[in-house]
Amino acid sequence: MTTIAELPPGFVDKVLSAQSTFRSVMDAMARPGSVQRIVPMAGAPDTMMRGTAAIALTLFDHDTPLWLDARMVESSDLVKWLKFHTGAPVVQDCSIASFALISDGTALPPLDRFALGTSEYPDRSTTVIIQVDSLASGRGFELRGPGIDGVATLQASIKPFDLFERLRINEALFPRGIDVVLVADDAVVAIPRTTRVVSKGS
Amino acid sequence: MYVAVKGGERAIENAHRLLAHKRRGDQSVPEVTLDQISEQLGLAVDRVMSEGSLYDRELAALAIKQARGDLIEAIFLVRAFRATLPRFGASEPVDTGAMRVQRRVSSTFKDIPGGQILGPTFDYTHRLLDPSLAEGFVPDAPATAEASTAPTPRVTDILGRDGLIEPSPRADDGAPVGDLTREPLNFPADRDLRLQNLARGDEGFLLAMGYSTQRGYGRNHPFAGEIRFGEVEVEFIAEDAGFAVPLGSIELTECQMVNQFKGSATEAPCFTRGYGLAFGQSERKTMSMALVDRALRARELGEEALAPAQDEEFVMSHSDNVQATGFVEHLKLPHYVDFQSELGLLRKLRQEFADANAPDAMKEAAE
Amino acid sequence: MNAPAYNFAYLDEQTKRMIRRAILKAIAIPGYQVPFASREMPMPYGWGTGGVQVTAAILGPRDVLKVIDQGSDDTTNAISIRKFFAKTAGVATTTATAEATVIQTRHRIPETALRENQVLVYQVPIPEPLRFLEPRETETRRMHALAEYGLMHVKLYEDIARFGHIATAYAYPVKVNARYVMDPSPTPKFDNPKMDNCPALQLFGAGREKRIYAIPPYTQVVSLDFEDHPFEPYRFNAPCALCGAEDSYLDEIVTDDQGGRMFVCSDTDYCEGRQAAGHHGSLSAAPYREKAGSHG
Repeated sequence: MTTIAELPPGFVDKVLSAQSTFRSVMDAMARPGSVQRIVPMAGAPDTMMRGTAAIALTLFDHDTPLWLDARMVESSDLVKWLKFHTGAPVVQDCSIASFALISDGTALPPLDRFALGTSEYPDRSTTVIIQVDSLASGRGFELRGPGIDGVATLQASIKPFDLFERLRINEALFPRGIDVVLVADDAVVAIPRTTRVVSKGS
Repeated sequence: MYVAVKGGERAIENAHRLLAHKRRGDQSVPEVTLDQISEQLGLAVDRVMSEGSLYDRELAALAIKQARGDLIEAIFLVRAFRATLPRFGASEPVDTGAMRVQRRVSSTFKDIPGGQILGPTFDYTHRLLDPSLAEGFVPDAPATAEASTAPTPRVTDILGRDGLIEPSPRADDGAPVGDLTREPLNFPADRDLRLQNLARGDEGFLLAMGYSTQRGYGRNHPFAGEIRFGEVEVEFIAEDAGFAVPLGSIELTECQMVNQFKGSATEAPCFTRGYGLAFGQSERKTMSMALVDRALRARELGEEALAPAQDEEFVMSHSDNVQATGFVEHLKLPHYVDFQSELGLLRKLRQEFADANAPDAMKEAAE
Repeated sequence: MNAPAYNFAYLDEQTKRMIRRAILKAIAIPGYQVPFASREMPMPYGWGTGGVQVTAAILGPRDVLKVIDQGSDDTTNAISIRKFFAKTAGVATTTATAEATVIQTRHRIPETALRENQVLVYQVPIPEPLRFLEPRETETRRMHALAEYGLMHVKLYEDIARFGHIATAYAYPVKVNARYVMDPSPTPKFDNPKMDNCPALQLFGAGREKRIYAIPPYTQVVSLDFEDHPFEPYRFNAPCALCGAEDSYLDEIVTDDQGGRMFVCSDTDYCEGRQAAGHHGSLSAAPYREKAGSHG
């Protein structure tokens, strides 16, 4: 069994690292499809990428129920690390989660199982953070919507392959919907519910 | 030649220096100490602690001194400090039934177990200015008697034993304690949040709202079941320790109103409750709070909510004096940009009005 | 005594996290007002506590902060807020729009076009554009949920019936991304077109009313109007008396009690920049800096 002391550390400078990480995520959310870098590094347990770890330390706390996919839940070190550094309660029911962490995109649950918000409070929805293989190469995607000057292009290697098709539920649901954050190592891309994606093929 | 206004920074510094000077007043007069404020202006300190939501006599006294006696400003200072404090959790509910009572009156029964205790009160003082207080006044020693060991059960508990008053809802120990300073408020709000809002609410606002219910705007037939003031213990369950740790004692005033009974074909009629609680000795506040609490229960008790005091959104949105004073006073900030836009529109409308009503135009219209 | 000790940018980290999460949702749902647990700040409600909380949640040591009130860096409230952040966050401050990465504003959008790497933070008194038509939050929330904005159009139309024009000169309502009707804060309607398709991120903070909302960059922002009564920005028809600008929003200065008036740029940085570049108005015989110096 791993003790707390043996777990990877959190941020060296909690205040400034969280600020810097937040600005990367905020810029990503404000400019969908743009690749932002997460600079401050924290230790990342097991299957968690360092970008994901930094986002967790920045945004999660007692007030944010957290849903983990099967691969993450299996790692007791990862669960322990999250609990120790963020205090976020891990929940079984993804429909009440503020955040969901996905390390195995092929096992992503149907998106409508997450919290979608209500028409009165569309903000009460899950932000789904998906770890992907690459945000630098792979299939090409064309993105349009708020935050994008005309069209943005994203080269990415993502599982599930049909993620953007699945995200089309956002069109019908709006203003309810799912906001997605993609992480590959220290790179982060956000796809808020307003973004419309067209695949350009491989 | 026009010179743009500059030097705001110097102006601010100078204004604050002048304020400090005015605060101190005539320096040949001894400076007031925090002890003096806490001991001799105790009710002001109580109010600042209550509406500031922070039980700390010394800081409240400091705030009153810093605010030059402006209590809403002092409440604001305490609130702003409170917002920066770390939060360890919520205490166990205090047991006001076990209060070491200094004052306790009931208007519903002539005598009650534990007795009526008048205690320190302005009641029955004749409001005649007392010149002997002006300087060097030494009060007579208070009358003393053997401390009573008789329990002082709450009047509402006595009524409750016979089912004459609705039971007080039991707290769900597992449920999180609502806190409107940590979570955004949504409507309709539950009673815990309503009571928190009222406890922080402006005494004058609550007084006016409570008074309005007595005059028929949402009348709820109140009787002062009991008002008690004294000390209670505060306990906190630390997760590590696993048991309740005493943190100390605080002074509280509690008011339980016995109100308009309800009943139906399936439920025997019984009185209803209105509740008020405040730090220190604060009877006007707790009585007003209890009246407004009862009024705000209209929806829950199946009453038509027509009066201002019954309107939860109206009451809760306007009870906070720190919010209210900020927004009212913000009108003294510059608004010349939006005023200019309004001015431009008004000039245009007036010009059009003048053109339309000019004699030429009238002639043309007549042709 | 419990002596106070304050964190970087004043707010504690738990509060920053809460505000940051609200900002992300606000960006994801353009124009929708996200409720947040606004904290009591060491300045009064109505004096910029919402803007200050948003700025405190995003500000980092590498930022350059500009604070304006009524377009000016020199109004007392702007100075007070700028000093607050210089003191609590130690950030660099500027009055130059082009140099700033974060601009907190009350009632104006700078004249200098904003860029991609900038964030404009608005102080908002009443975030709900429907509030003066319907005082109940429960009702206005339902209207937004159903995108039921008929009441707003009726109000604007009644203006036209009574005055011949839409009688809203500031806080002129807009529709964001063709969905939410939003209050742009009490900016003059002159500034409304600047919000549309703006390269900078625009964040709005209402402290007392506990709401945060946003317009992402390059987002459609349309001022509400009617085909036969199109939206018209208002500007007093005169050049700035100091820099001669004919495209800037003007403050009206009363110069005497005989009806004397002059008009100068409300955006002091813009005006100073133009004067430094050699532009002159009718009343700026000497370079601006010298005048400012002779005054102080």
